[in-house]
Amino acid sequence: MTDTATEPSRETSLKGSRGGAAGDKVFSGLALAAGIIILLVLAFVAVFLVIEALPALWPTVFSEQDSIESADTFWQYVWPLMAGTLIASIIAIIIATPVAIGIALYISHYAPRSIATPVGYVIDLLAAIPSVVFGAWGMSVLAGAMVPIYGWLHDYLGWIPLFGGSASTTGRTLLTSAVVLAVMILPIITSLCREIFLQTPKLHEEAALALGSTRWEMIKMTVFPFARAGIISSIMLGLGRALGETMAVTLVLSGGPFSWSLISSGANQTIPSEIALNFPEAFGMRQSELIAAGLMLFIITLVVNMLARWIVSRHKEFSGAN
Amino acid sequence: MSKRIDAVDLNVYYGNFLAVEGVNINIEPRSVTAFIGPSGCGKTTFLRTINRMHEVLPGARAEGRLLLDGENIYDPGVDPVTVRTMVGMVFQRPNPFPTMSIRDNILAGYKLNGTRMSKSTADGIVEKSLRGANLWEEVKDRLDKPGSGLSGGQQQRLCIARSIAVEPDVILMDEPCSALDPISTLAIEDLINELKDNYTVVIVTHNMQQAARVADKTAFFNIAGTGKPGKLIEYDETSVIFNNPSNKQTEDYVSGRFG
Amino acid sequence: MTTTKDTVQQRAPQTGRKKNSLTAGQMPRWTWIAVLAGALVVAAGITALLGGGGFSWVGWLIIAAVLYVLGMYATTSVLENRRRATDGFWRNLVWAAFILALIPLVSVIWAVIANGLPTLIETPQLLWRDMKGVTGADDIATQAEGATLAGGFLHGLVGTLMITLLATIISVPIGLLTSIYLVEYGRGGWFSRAIVFFVDVMTGIPSIVAGLFAFAVVQVVITTFIGDGPRQLQMVKMGLTAAIALSVLMIPVVVRSTEEMLRVVPNELREASYALGVRKWRTIFKVVLPTAMSGIASGVTLAIARVTGETAPILVTAGFIATTNWNPFDGWMTALPVYIYRQLINPTAPAAGDPSMERAWAAALVLIVIVMLLNLIARIIAKAFAPKKTGR
Repeated sequence: MTDTATEPSRETSLKGSRGGAAGDKVFSGLALAAGIIILLVLAFVAVFLVIEALPALWPTVFSEQDSIESADTFWQYVWPLMAGTLIASIIAIIIATPVAIGIALYISHYAPRSIATPVGYVIDLLAAIPSVVFGAWGMSVLAGAMVPIYGWLHDYLGWIPLFGGSASTTGRTLLTSAVVLAVMILPIITSLCREIFLQTPKLHEEAALALGSTRWEMIKMTVFPFARAGIISSIMLGLGRALGETMAVTLVLSGGPFSWSLISSGANQTIPSEIALNFPEAFGMRQSELIAAGLMLFIITLVVNMLARWIVSRHKEFSGAN
Repeated sequence: MSKRIDAVDLNVYYGNFLAVEGVNINIEPRSVTAFIGPSGCGKTTFLRTINRMHEVLPGARAEGRLLLDGENIYDPGVDPVTVRTMVGMVFQRPNPFPTMSIRDNILAGYKLNGTRMSKSTADGIVEKSLRGANLWEEVKDRLDKPGSGLSGGQQQRLCIARSIAVEPDVILMDEPCSALDPISTLAIEDLINELKDNYTVVIVTHNMQQAARVADKTAFFNIAGTGKPGKLIEYDETSVIFNNPSNKQTEDYVSGRFG
Repeated sequence: MTTTKDTVQQRAPQTGRKKNSLTAGQMPRWTWIAVLAGALVVAAGITALLGGGGFSWVGWLIIAAVLYVLGMYATTSVLENRRRATDGFWRNLVWAAFILALIPLVSVIWAVIANGLPTLIETPQLLWRDMKGVTGADDIATQAEGATLAGGFLHGLVGTLMITLLATIISVPIGLLTSIYLVEYGRGGWFSRAIVFFVDVMTGIPSIVAGLFAFAVVQVVITTFIGDGPRQLQMVKMGLTAAIALSVLMIPVVVRSTEEMLRVVPNELREASYALGVRKWRTIFKVVLPTAMSGIASGVTLAIARVTGETAPILVTAGFIATTNWNPFDGWMTALPVYIYRQLINPTAPAAGDPSMERAWAAALVLIVIVMLLNLIARIIAKAFAPKKTGR
């Protein structure tokens, strides 16, 4: 086009060369294709997991066997695992949430700027540590440190079923796993909450302070009402992460059948950990069982995550989260 | 080089909203035309239809005809990219490409399109364009420095140089001085006066003194109320618009009695 | 602040050095030190009583902290008022939360360094040897007779490198193109909203499920096209399968960060380019992407850092072997996190676990260093190569 720029022939028509117009089509097509691939991948995740899980879900129809290997029915096999997964994750959430909200408030409303930034870095650092390292730490450092606490819980609170049973002497229990999970999801909840707290309209905060309220009253009056939906959805996202976390549980927990006791070794197991422990050696029906268990985990986390997104999108107009 | 512009019954829509209604205007080649009017009256919207830049916004479309030397740029089959190589545009805020040097900014119209040229040709274009924008003397020693290091007024002249480097026929300017200080504004206005020797210049401005200073002809746009379409009210010699307008609305506006 | 004080004093000299009425009713500055000292002493007493024979330092600190927070609340509400007491109470709790979060972080990093560094300094050969031919006998010899630590984790480094590289090659183009679609072409239509939603959903896929997915896909593909004999089933586990699993985890991260970066690119630059008669795809390639490049590169680096530490999806897709395998398309591969996991949970010599533990901690240290370096690089890229903002 530039070569013709000075030539008189250019004057003739607007409908000259459309050089490069094909490039536009090709490129927008590529971009669209990439988007479609993502949707396909997600659909494939569901479809392929279902295909591979079917023999375990309906053994009489989709396999030559009458029942699965590890139990009479798939549900009998999977419910203790689901219970273990949920209990560990919910305890982790209960431990992590107050601390995370505290740190988020510390960064957004308490610490001076010169401290808040490094603290943010430290939290990011915590998020960057690989899960296997957390697992190793939980197994060799935290588990040992928890033993006296378990003894104490057993002696004084043993009448509560959660602290019943025999106290572990190695500390490798579901509760220790839950603590490791709490440490791992702490940075996620913290950084999400921090974002939301920082979005509180400055005008509201200043109005509250101008009325003579203390800092805590200001936070109670302006920050929390504003951030409620955001906090709930951050907790849900943290829960989603805790449900799917594998290594922290696999390395820490010495698993077994379901038990209400959180402080005994050789009790309880979670889905991801069950898969990681058994999948490498599994084949045939056992493999299907594990994939079916994975499918259950997928469904649970999907529901939790969609719920979180739904809460955010419902409150988007005034929370500004996302 | 320079082309005349004729709009015939041009309507501009944003989705279903009629933003500008029934514009008929004839702009002579080698002249400066100013569009004035209150905010939201559609002058910028109409300006952007002259090089089909409004199409960048989702849902925007134009109906009617817009003729460049008698050829309708809205004919089916006309590529907006071709139109934009003939009709250049300078924006409200100076927007040199931050990743490019001054030299590369001038050559952006060629480089971005992948045109190959010899170094001497390129040097020629750079010098000619920068001289054309009265910027050569100020930047000739730092052509390889980033364009974002210049002052606001220099950046805006760099943007003008960038658009004349591709040798368009028409240059559209959308409030080119609204982000600049008075001295830089003066430099740009001087430049506009020189540009009309070679190009058709159309400028949108909020500043009526500026329109009076630079424009040969002035068009006044107005809007009847919020949600109503903008319309071309009056179009005449600049001196007539400012001293002896025929329309009451124009008179109210230029005399500051606009409410 | 001092100037303000001066002018106040000049304006009202008659007040002299008398107490400012605005500070009346406040407790003395040193109150908190007194309360802290009291809390420490009382806590020591309680700990000694409760603990029976031994004295628990951790218990002492925890009880002291609780007593301090409660004591400050009581003191403030007596000396000042309830509102200030509540304010101070929550401030102390927020501080406590921060300190509480520091404990595991410091503990984890200390554990890794204290356990890993001595081993790594003593036997740096770990870095360039694999586990080929290492048997339980070697470890028993190390533990019993103090022989040098056998084996190493070169195969883990190679596996992590190859798998991550392949995952990056798969996910960066898809992620980049998708975010370009979202920002430049989708324009908020239903399809782009659907993509945004499902990318969010994908962010929440548990990593082990991603591993199972990749395994299931490759298994279905191989059994359909190659056959379902035991040898074919053996082929399912390879570096490529692991890379697919990691891509599922990586793509959403890349899409989200790139999308954010593309949205930050000012529209003015796109318009400037269009006004010069440049086509959209060229504008995207030559103006939008270069402007956002530092942000994109930093986002991709963070995504790589995230998947480098993944264990579970690689464990179920690439398996683990003792030897170095450079070919991600054939045969099992060990990644560094999987190596750590296997050494911890399944020591080479079950009777002499210490050498395996030492190797695991050394590998953990190397892994943490790699991940932290990647994070650091991401930050440096984001800072150093960010183009200067347009404008004055």
